[in-house]
Formats: sequence, C-alpha cells, structure tokens
Amino acid sequence: MTAALVAKNLVVVRGSTTLLNDVSLEVRAGELVAVLGPNGAGKSTLLGAVAGDFPLTSGSVTLNGSSIDKLAPNDLARVRAVLPQQISISFPFTVREIVAMGRSPWRDTNDNMRIDAAMQRLDVTALQERVYQTLSVGEQARVSMARVLAQDTPLLLLDEPTAGFDIGQQERFLAIARSLVDEGRGVVAVLHDLNVAMRFATRVVVIHEGRCVASGDPQSVLTPALLSDVYHQKIQVTTTAEGRSVILPEHQ
Amino acid sequence: MTIARRTSIFAVGVFLLALLLATTLLSLAFGAFRIALPDLLRIIGTGPNGDALDAVAHNVFWQVRLPRVVLAMLVGSSLAVAGVIMQGVFRNPLAEPATVGVSAGAAVGAVIAIIVGLNAFPLGVQLAAFIGGTLSTALVYLLSRSDGKTEVVTMILTGIAINAFAGAVIGFGIFVADDDELRSVTFWSLGTLGLATWNAVGVVAPLALLGILISTKFSRVLDILALGDRPASHLGVRVEPVRLQAIAVVGLLASSAVAATGIIAFVGLLVPHIMRIVLGPRHRHLLWTSALLGATVTLLADLAARTLLSPAELPLGVVTALIGAPFFLLLLRSTRRSQGGWA
Repeated sequence: MTAALVAKNLVVVRGSTTLLNDVSLEVRAGELVAVLGPNGAGKSTLLGAVAGDFPLTSGSVTLNGSSIDKLAPNDLARVRAVLPQQISISFPFTVREIVAMGRSPWRDTNDNMRIDAAMQRLDVTALQERVYQTLSVGEQARVSMARVLAQDTPLLLLDEPTAGFDIGQQERFLAIARSLVDEGRGVVAVLHDLNVAMRFATRVVVIHEGRCVASGDPQSVLTPALLSDVYHQKIQVTTTAEGRSVILPEHQ
Repeated sequence: MTIARRTSIFAVGVFLLALLLATTLLSLAFGAFRIALPDLLRIIGTGPNGDALDAVAHNVFWQVRLPRVVLAMLVGSSLAVAGVIMQGVFRNPLAEPATVGVSAGAAVGAVIAIIVGLNAFPLGVQLAAFIGGTLSTALVYLLSRSDGKTEVVTMILTGIAINAFAGAVIGFGIFVADDDELRSVTFWSLGTLGLATWNAVGVVAPLALLGILISTKFSRVLDILALGDRPASHLGVRVEPVRLQAIAVVGLLASSAVAATGIIAFVGLLVPHIMRIVLGPRHRHLLWTSALLGATVTLLADLAARTLLSPAELPLGVVTALIGAPFFLLLLRSTRRSQGGWA
C-alpha cells in the first residue's frame, strides 16, 4: 500500500490563460500535503492535473514511477481516489448505493466489508437507506467521502474536504484524514483554513497566480511575510501558551 | 426521515410478467374482429398451418392480430429501454428518444420517403426512417461535443433545434403532399401499429433484441454516470467512449421502433420513470423491467386505439400522449413530494 506521486513542472494553458505555471508536487506514503492559496490561484487545477482529468500542456505526473497517461483508467482508479468539491447526483440513489459505487474499480469479495467500514468511519451507517438528495449538505459531504474511502486507494486527492463543515465536523474529519495517513496512505488536500494546514499537514504547498511560491513544512513556510503577500492582507502568526502557532489577520 | 422504499425485485418481475401475459391475451382476443378465448386457445393449439374450423378467425389471428401484438411488444420494449439508457447517459430524467430529436429525425426520413414515392418499395419508408433516426442521433452527438466532452445541456438544446427543424420538414411534407400521401404522412407522424406485418416484425425483432441485449452491458456504468462525468472517470469509467456506444444503441433501438410504427410519444419517458419509482434508480433491474412494462403499456395503448372507436382506429401516438401526459404530470408531482424533486 504505497504510492509515491511525483508531479513535475506542470503547465496548464487554456486559451490564452496560464492556469498552472511550472508547479511541482510530491507526495509519499504517510504524508498529508496541503495545497493552499487564495481563491482562483489554481489549487483545483493542480488537483485535477494530478488526478489526470485533462491533458497537460507540459510536465509529467507519475505514480510509483509509471506515467498516469500509461495507466488504464480502471488501474488508475485502484491507486488514487478523488473527492471533488461538490457533486450533484442525478437520480435518487441511496447512501449505501452511492458508497458502493466506490467499489466499481474492484468488484470483488471484499466489497460489502469495505462499504460497511467506510460508512462506519464517516458515521453514515444510520443513513444508509436514505436517499442522497434528502440529506443535509454536511451529511452529503460525509457520504461522498465514504464513497472515496470505499475505493480503498493508497493515494487520496481531496478538494476542500471540510468546506461547509462546522468546527466539530471539521475536527472529526481531520482526525479521519490523519488516521488515513497513519495507515500509510498519501493524502493531498486543498484547504482554505491555514490553521488546519498548520496543525495537520506534513508539508504545505502555496499556490499563487498559477505558480508555486513556497513549499515545505508548515512551520517554516507559513510566515507572516509570505502570507501577507499572497493574500493581500496583513497576517500575523502568534504562538499560544501551549506553544501552538495560530495564524490571524492583523487588525486594520 | 425519507427512507427509500423499494419493492422486491422478484415480486416486481412476477407481477410484470403476469401483467404482460394478461395484456397479450386481451390484445389477441379483442379488436374489430372478436375472438372468444376458447377459440383463441384452439387456434394457437393448431398452429399457423393447422386445420381451421373458422377460417376468418384463423386468418385474423395469424396474419393480423399476432404480428401486431408481437410488433407492439418489440417497439414498446425498444422505446422504454432507449429511454432508460438516454436518461442515464444524459443524467436527466426528461431525456427520451423524442426529446433529443432521434424520433423526429426518423419521422423526417419516413416523410421524405413518402413524398418522393419510396413507399412503392417494400420497407422503403421504414429504411428511410431508420437512416433518418441514425443520422439525427449522430448529428446530436457531434454538435454537442467539444474538447472531447459532451455537454448535456447543449445536447438537449441541440435536440430542441432538431425537433423544430424536423417539425418544419414534416409540415412542408404535409403542405406538398396529395391526399393519399397526406393520410400516410399524418398516420406516420402520429404513430400506428396498423401496418404491422410479419415482414415488419422480421426487420424490427433482430434490431430490438440486439439493442436490448447490448444495453445490459451498460447497467453498472450508467449507475456511476449519475455521479457526473469527472467522478465517474475517477472511478475508472471511460466516459466518452461509453457515452458514444450507449447513444449508438439508443439510435438503433429508437430508429428501428420509429421506422416500424411512427412516433409513439411518452413510452420512453413514462415507463423508466415508473420503474425508477418502484425499484429505485439502479440500472441492472431498471433495464429489463422497463422492457417488460414498455411492452405492456404499448399493447394496452394499441388495444385502446383499436377498440375505443371500433371499427375506426385511433392513431397510437394520440392514445399514448392523451393518457401519458396527464399521468406523467401526476407522477412528477408525487415524485417531487417524496424525493424533493429534480434539481
């Protein structure tokens, strides 16, 4: 269960707009890499490029040494799963049916066990006979994550997985993400909350206007100077009595 | 708390088969010429070349009634299965061969054939309809495709444009047609099983059975497409090739159905919708149960078409639309209540 993802010098140009300009990203087993940056910086484009959603203008993405272009779609789906930002499902499928779709690349004797385990982990077992469309936004997000977990891949790409969660849901979700990493999986997550990235990420990558402006361990990368520059907002990093770093916008 | 209530597939299967059997017997017995049940069984027992006590009943059964019933079942199943696939592929419960212009394209082919006199040849009109339907399927697909992707809304809007164009061509056909052709054109654009012969059955049967057989191959992928194109591709589905294949099957099913009977509205829309309410949206069972119900519904509609104003015959498309449209509105309202409606 190891997957080393190496994305080198990714360039994505659409029409006359350069969405990604020479961005590299590396994720090893047991790492949670947070992709940060202001809205429109190219975070989701980076995730899509790494997922193999569209052809690259230039650059390469390899999984365990083999280029993702060379992998058959079903084989790729056994190695990496993707949680999209939002999802609209067109027919009244039940929660269990949707989580079961995550088993599509496998279809083996483990299916039911994996489905049950994924639903339990996201605490949606009680909802399994409910129709997806009748759930709240937070419940729907957990069901989508359960589907991604059922896919049982060594690499997970999550696009703003905690958007729309309250602080409690967010903490529970991040505990799950941490346990995935402890199992030896690699996780790439686009995050908005800098404090979350500071606490949970093994490494962070900061994207600004399609370029990678910094990467490394969160403590050394997330500095007031860099953040103030990227977000066009004076930002300070303070340390609490327990020695935790907290990122705050400065008073005007 | 909305728990999805779903009926057991076994019970539904038995019920649908029984319903189809009963409807078939009714359809064989009733019509402008009534065949009593004991006679019916005796005629079936003696076979097509058997010694008939009642030559008229014998001929009506083997040459008129039976091919019509078989054709109704084939066409009904084809339209319903085409509807299921199309709705799955377009992720839209309102898609059916008629909505995206496949049926209208086939009708245009037939109308042109009638006007230029191709109806002098056996199956000439049917062949032209088949070509028209297949061409419009290809056209819808090509026009709504860009950057290697198919945009669903563009596709449905393209269908609207093709429908409008087809309506104009049919209108023009009606305008230039003489009285004989006019009758043929109108009957054709309203749908009828009155032209059912064993020849027509021979043409439609292999296409319908082939199409329905291939459709079962798509059941898992159609489920996953409900998540959207990108999530489906993340699960290993080759979205575009699958979509192209599925649309080709729809073209095959819908074109051969429309070629045999003209445009029959609402079967492709209504039947999958009913089955989805009963069984849920999983395509594995949706496909074959819709085929059974499609056959039953078309048989019933045809029975009504030929008995309500007997000995005159109503166009079948008129019956399906008259019953189908209000029924569909009721269904929409109840679905909205139970499932929160479509986005």
